[in-house]
Amino acid sequence: MNALVTFLDGLPILSVITFLPIVGALIILSIRGEEAVVAQQSRQVALLVTVTTFLLSLSIWFGFDATTAAFQFEEKVDWLPQYKIAYHMGVDGISMPFVILSTFLTPICILASWHAIEKMVREYMIAFLILETMMVGMFCALDLIIFYAFFEGVLIPMFLIIGIWGGGRRVYSAFKFFLYTLTGSVLLLVSMLAMYIQEGTTDIPTLMNATFAPQMQMWLWLGMFASFAVKVPMWPVHTWLPDAHVDAPTAGSVILAGVLLKMGGYGFLRLSMPMLPDASVYFTPMVYGLSLVAIIYTSLVALVQDDMKKLIAYSSVAHMGYVTLGIFTATKQGVEGAMFQMLSHGIVSAALFLCVGVVYDRLHTREISRYGGLANNMPKYALAFMVFMLASVGLPGTAGFVGEFLVLLGAFQVNTWVSLLAATGVILGAAYMLYLYRRVVYGELTKDDVKAMLDLDAREVVILAPLVIIVMWMGVYPMPFLDVMSVSIDNLLTKYHAATAAKAAAAPVAETLLAWLK
Amino acid sequence: MLYYLAVFTPLLGAFIAGFFGRAIGDRASHVVTCLGVGIAALSSIPIFSEVALHEGDRVVQVLTWISSGTFEVNWALRYDTLSAVMVMTVTCVSTLIHIYAVGYMSHDDSQPRFMAYLSLFTFAMLMLVTADNLVQLFFGWEGVGVVSYLLIGFWFKKPSANAAAIKAFVVNRVGDFGFLLGIFGVFFLFDAVTFDVIFQAAPAKADATVHFFSRDWHAMTIICLLLFVGAMGKSAQLFLHTWLPDAMEGPTPVSALIHAATMVTAGVFLVARMSPLFELAPDALTVVTLIGAATAFFAATVGCVQNDIKRIIAYSTCSQLGYMFFACGVSAYQAGIFHLMTHAWFKALLFLSAGSVIHAMSDEQDIRRMGGIWKKIPFTYTVMWIGSLALAGIPFFAGYYSKDMILEAAYGAGSPAGRLAFILGIAAAFMTAFYSWRLLFLTFHGKPRADHHTMEHVHESPLIMTIPLAGLALGALFSGFLGHELFIGDERAEFWRAAIGVTEGRDVIEAAHHVPGWVVALPLVVSFSGILLAYYLYIRRTDLPAKIAGAFPGVYQFLLNKWYFDEVYDFIFTRNVFRIGKWFWKGGDTYIIDGFGPDGISALVARAAKRLGAVQTGYLYHYAFAMIVGIAILVTWFVVGGAG
Repeated sequence: MNALVTFLDGLPILSVITFLPIVGALIILSIRGEEAVVAQQSRQVALLVTVTTFLLSLSIWFGFDATTAAFQFEEKVDWLPQYKIAYHMGVDGISMPFVILSTFLTPICILASWHAIEKMVREYMIAFLILETMMVGMFCALDLIIFYAFFEGVLIPMFLIIGIWGGGRRVYSAFKFFLYTLTGSVLLLVSMLAMYIQEGTTDIPTLMNATFAPQMQMWLWLGMFASFAVKVPMWPVHTWLPDAHVDAPTAGSVILAGVLLKMGGYGFLRLSMPMLPDASVYFTPMVYGLSLVAIIYTSLVALVQDDMKKLIAYSSVAHMGYVTLGIFTATKQGVEGAMFQMLSHGIVSAALFLCVGVVYDRLHTREISRYGGLANNMPKYALAFMVFMLASVGLPGTAGFVGEFLVLLGAFQVNTWVSLLAATGVILGAAYMLYLYRRVVYGELTKDDVKAMLDLDAREVVILAPLVIIVMWMGVYPMPFLDVMSVSIDNLLTKYHAATAAKAAAAPVAETLLAWLK
Repeated sequence: MLYYLAVFTPLLGAFIAGFFGRAIGDRASHVVTCLGVGIAALSSIPIFSEVALHEGDRVVQVLTWISSGTFEVNWALRYDTLSAVMVMTVTCVSTLIHIYAVGYMSHDDSQPRFMAYLSLFTFAMLMLVTADNLVQLFFGWEGVGVVSYLLIGFWFKKPSANAAAIKAFVVNRVGDFGFLLGIFGVFFLFDAVTFDVIFQAAPAKADATVHFFSRDWHAMTIICLLLFVGAMGKSAQLFLHTWLPDAMEGPTPVSALIHAATMVTAGVFLVARMSPLFELAPDALTVVTLIGAATAFFAATVGCVQNDIKRIIAYSTCSQLGYMFFACGVSAYQAGIFHLMTHAWFKALLFLSAGSVIHAMSDEQDIRRMGGIWKKIPFTYTVMWIGSLALAGIPFFAGYYSKDMILEAAYGAGSPAGRLAFILGIAAAFMTAFYSWRLLFLTFHGKPRADHHTMEHVHESPLIMTIPLAGLALGALFSGFLGHELFIGDERAEFWRAAIGVTEGRDVIEAAHHVPGWVVALPLVVSFSGILLAYYLYIRRTDLPAKIAGAFPGVYQFLLNKWYFDEVYDFIFTRNVFRIGKWFWKGGDTYIIDGFGPDGISALVARAAKRLGAVQTGYLYHYAFAMIVGIAILVTWFVVGGAG
């Protein structure tokens, strides 16, 4: 055991979990033989590699020191020293949970694709492994260039997954997804370059301590915002999400909702807030406004959907509205709530898409009205779906409650109107989810093909059971998650408020000067 | 240990029956769930004695729940007199209902699921009443809400049951929305949500104002009103009551457990629990009084004309909850909780006897198609009488002690709102007696109106159902007599101690003991007249009710349609929400955002590309011309720009 610990201590663990999936992809590439054999072996290798990655990533969960806000498990190698660009990796309490979330969801995705993907299985598994590398790398990166490379790199495998293995209007959706995110990312890149030109470094921890002139902050902030808002997605740049979800294969939706959306929220916490505090304060009312629209508007839209995936996609937009709201309250509860909401949404929405996948695999339709009465012949499924549905509604005792509650609590301290309006989402959320559940699961079994549907098989139980447990665990005892992020968030907020308070104190002086000049 | 047992054994029962019900079978599920709540009930009695009678208040810390900055809540079990009373009432009534359910549901296909829900419900309710902070209370609050959703929709094949289930949950969520904001307000003001901390700090903040919704308000008033919105949702008070009658779609034991004895009283419990805050917000108390009194009156008027046996009792519950609220509103929290306790017994009894009637009548629920069955089911008939006598507040039955005290307190409080509540309460008491005996007479007396076939099958329920009825009947007979000294009599101060916070020198209960004689006598008089009127209309002159209804068709329709609340809400909210949703989707997302955004741009690009394609004519002189124009523009630009 001790030997194992020493061995692990010596490893550049972040790089290992980042690039292990790529190694897996290379192994899959080398598989030769008949198509069926290749497919089966690709699945097995992918599963083995992703599970190993997950187990290895647990070492950063257990080895994590929650009492410090410093970056841990740091690795730094000079890459382009003449440009001061380094391969710099490390995690703190804000990024570490997302690394675990990514490594946890990927094997589940592989399992969920076991039978659902039949064509080009090898390529599919490779795409997923590359995707995992990109996601994990993005959350570990501590250099803007590395960050951007991974951030953009995510797009390519995801684009392929939707465009090749999707259904319906998959090409349209894939392009919509790609172009939307790319447009935003280009502006992010401009901001990053501007920061590099100004400060001469792309090192994220260094830039966190840099101060940019307020005027410049505005433009930098907007450039980043363009990218992160699309990723979250915030209203009104959210319309790519329903299409992407609808046409993506189940596992694609899972990873999209589970991890990719969190990249936006993570970006706000990692880059926008610490580096551009003044601009963040300046644009806060706008973010509140867009978040509220997201919560109310998309909840109402979700209510009238007749496609299951679209409904859940719209509910994601609403739930991510809480995230952006919470982050910009810049209160302890708000930010912690937003972080927790991202994690719980990562689990719950992923689970909901898996639930859709279960019935889609059987009946090959996502149309809500084609179902009904599933509780009669699929009781296990009904139970699992119920748990996730209630978590999505934010029932206390499930994962969904803690984040939503803390966000609203934080918002209330900043602005009661915002909190009041955001809390209407509590009512609307219950309405659209219960209405969905009723139409799919309750009622009389009338359609013959629905009658013939079988309950969850062993593989599906293995996929959903851990998610049920985690959803309950996060709801009843969320402390392990909150503890991990607490100190890092404290640190973020202390710096944030110090920076903005200094500006606020300086502002009246400037105003009097201006008045005097006139 | 006892303190854990009383709360967690029902959870264990629910867990086993819920997850392994199919494996262990119906019988084992019955045993395990009944045993779970049974143990809890047995534990609750020594707890009551220890905590309430021997001053053994305590808080058992279980686990940290959420901690974020200064915000901290724990899973904890708080036992004081208030929660000990609630725990005892809930577990005892719940045990009897569990046993009854075994018999009542014996023909159903998914009994383990049903029993698991019942036990889970009991657990959530216990978490609610033993909470030591507002957030755990909210957990129990939403927990009972969601299990009631599951139970109302238990027969999920029925569309009406599903609709009722969703309605119950969503309307409750409207209340919870207020409750949540109330919790935020409390945290904002006190920087804590734990009861002990809040109550200690409350007097110091009595005059605090907060900036809410763009202006300054008296903090306590706004917080208490927000919390009361939550209470209104859960306890089906006027404006948020519409879900309760529909909730009768659930199996009868559910109606008894949730919609009479426990869940719906959570709102009253909340107000009593937060009494130290409410005491500092007289305006909020006035609102509580008015809403309570209006509900008591409104629900009684509707109860007089309904024909579904369970709906009549449901409206009666709604009305009785109104009594409890206006008791709290005039600071007679003890009387409110006392009525809550006695009501739990006799209303559960009424519901379960109604279930026994429905069982006997082959699932008929319309009292117009009953009648003449009292000889065939004498036991049910007897206990239903006991329940009705207790409900009407006839001397020495349970309701007599609690309901009269409420009316006297309302009068004794001396405030205008209190007097109004007294008047409405007296009117409601008259109607309560009337509709109760209307129900009794129509159901059991007169000529049989059911068909021949049904009448042949009328039979007394099996022992497993009648024994719980007997248990509840005992409660309806004696709980008032046994409790009144402690709850509202001379021993009340030592009994409640700090569990209820009434402002010093504002002893409404004491004032209620000294009201004029006519105030004491009036409830009795109106109750007896209500009974007599029912006797006259439904036994003597059975032709009259139809004539009266015919003479005032407007009034009759208005009452029969429950004051048209559902229709108005449907018109204002439900339809518009869907319409707006559709409009946002088709108009907002598809037409505007996608139309001007990605789709529009891509169409524009495609069009531009086509135009550009047209420019590429292939003729050299076209290109040369374009180049010359281009160079000319560039040169001009640099020259002019450079000069400028």
